[in-house]
Amino acid sequence: MKPLNDTITACPPSGIRKFFDIAAEMDDVISLGVGEPDFVTPWRIREAGIYALEHGYTTYTGNSGLAQLRRLICDDLSSRYDAHYAWDSECLITTGVSEGLDLALRVLLNPGEEVIVPEPCYVAYQPCVSFAGGTPVGVATRAEDSFAIDVAAIEAAVTPRTKAILIGSPANPTGAVQPVEVLRDLVRLAERHDLYLVSDEIYDRLTYTGSHTCLGAVPGARERTVVLGGFSKAQAMTGWRVGWLAAPRAIAELCVRVHQYTMLCAPHVSQVAAVEALTSAEGDVTEMVADYDRRRRVFVKGLREIGLECPEPAGAFYAFPSIRSSGLSSEEFAERLLKAESVAVVPGSVFGPSGEGHIRCSYATALPQLEQAVERMGRFLQSL
Amino acid sequence: MREILELLERDAQLSHDTIATMVGLPVGEVDALIGDWERSGVIRRHKAVVNWEAVEGRDQEVTAFIDVSVAPARGVGFDDVATRISRFDEVRDCYLVSGGHDLRCTIVGRDIRAISDFVSQKLSTIDRVQSTATHFVLATHKRDGDTFAEPEPDHRLPVTP
Repeated sequence: MKPLNDTITACPPSGIRKFFDIAAEMDDVISLGVGEPDFVTPWRIREAGIYALEHGYTTYTGNSGLAQLRRLICDDLSSRYDAHYAWDSECLITTGVSEGLDLALRVLLNPGEEVIVPEPCYVAYQPCVSFAGGTPVGVATRAEDSFAIDVAAIEAAVTPRTKAILIGSPANPTGAVQPVEVLRDLVRLAERHDLYLVSDEIYDRLTYTGSHTCLGAVPGARERTVVLGGFSKAQAMTGWRVGWLAAPRAIAELCVRVHQYTMLCAPHVSQVAAVEALTSAEGDVTEMVADYDRRRRVFVKGLREIGLECPEPAGAFYAFPSIRSSGLSSEEFAERLLKAESVAVVPGSVFGPSGEGHIRCSYATALPQLEQAVERMGRFLQSL
Repeated sequence: MREILELLERDAQLSHDTIATMVGLPVGEVDALIGDWERSGVIRRHKAVVNWEAVEGRDQEVTAFIDVSVAPARGVGFDDVATRISRFDEVRDCYLVSGGHDLRCTIVGRDIRAISDFVSQKLSTIDRVQSTATHFVLATHKRDGDTFAEPEPDHRLPVTP
């Protein structure tokens, strides 16, 4: 047989998979390894989905998505962040942010071009760059800096082949929210070197200290930036697979071109539900965010009390404590913790080399379970 | 701090220490606030929401909503009658409402007969009570913001990106 695709063959499976396999076979696991809300989609949104099915919204929509939904998204970006996009030519409804990321990278990259990715970062960023024919270049961020992007380090990594910078803020796995000053510096850098920017803002509504800045609203950014967002996190709609992409017309049109030949359109029922999410679920979002914030405070305090240094996560729903004091690698720590105390966490190393020495803990879990998890982790640390 | 009251209303068992961490206040301040609210009557009681239908071996009580029409009186309106009705142990809730009736009460009794006796002998005989309309509860699906349906299982995979 002839060899299969070299890039994909060379891409290792996600390091998360191993822990899923172990945890799936165990009983009584408290999982802090989950990257999705523990809330079920608010009932009013689910009800809209049921309505959509009852009324036969089971067909394709236009490639770019429902006009009503695109209008709402662009209005929301405009009013919330002062980021302005034309709903009919600069906004595309995607099958989750995952598809938006894939589209953006495929449209921006030619074979061999480099994309700088501050890490630790979401597990899909670097493989998606490779799948699009590009070369990911990781640039470390540090816990001591609250995982803020080091713009000078990024500039040092720029080469003639650099095409784009890909960031996620608020970030999975660190919970870091990039300060507006850093984003401004990043845009200046992109202007100096004529680079594109891809900004994954799926956690935009989940910020607890400070506020989120949409990269598309930073002066100078709009013409070179693709903003990605969706409904999975704030509206607890992971399984609906509906996201969006906003970009200048030239980029958006090419994204639609790839999308129409691959995905064709995002699920119709999900788009109707997303309309409901934007029109009437604001109260549900506010309530969920307040709840994450309360759990975040209890959880981070608990981690610190058992002796784990934990940078203040300002957004998303992850804490990224250091486990260096244990003397174990993050993978050893996660595996032994799972086996000894049935607490599932994700080793920081799967998010890039600079994630080593940390573990990702999701606090999208009921408070009693978080408290029990902290107790078990404390017992595990004592046993080392 | 409305947030503390909301937290307690949802789960009265939360420790003051946990509440303090959740809202970002010193635990002493939380102690003091809750103490003040308890003394001033803002917090009336700490209660559990019990689904009695799920308790085995317990004699089922009967609940009824009773709409009461009352002739108002000069100077007190409906207040004196409402207060008088509220004093009965059988009366769990009593609201002044708009619409076709004036008061809406929730009555709990050991059986239908007990509620019937209460309505005919106690409630209807109060001066200025002109009529009553009784609606027996057949099943409770949600009370005090808590749905009594089985909690939805967590469908999430144990580890995800």
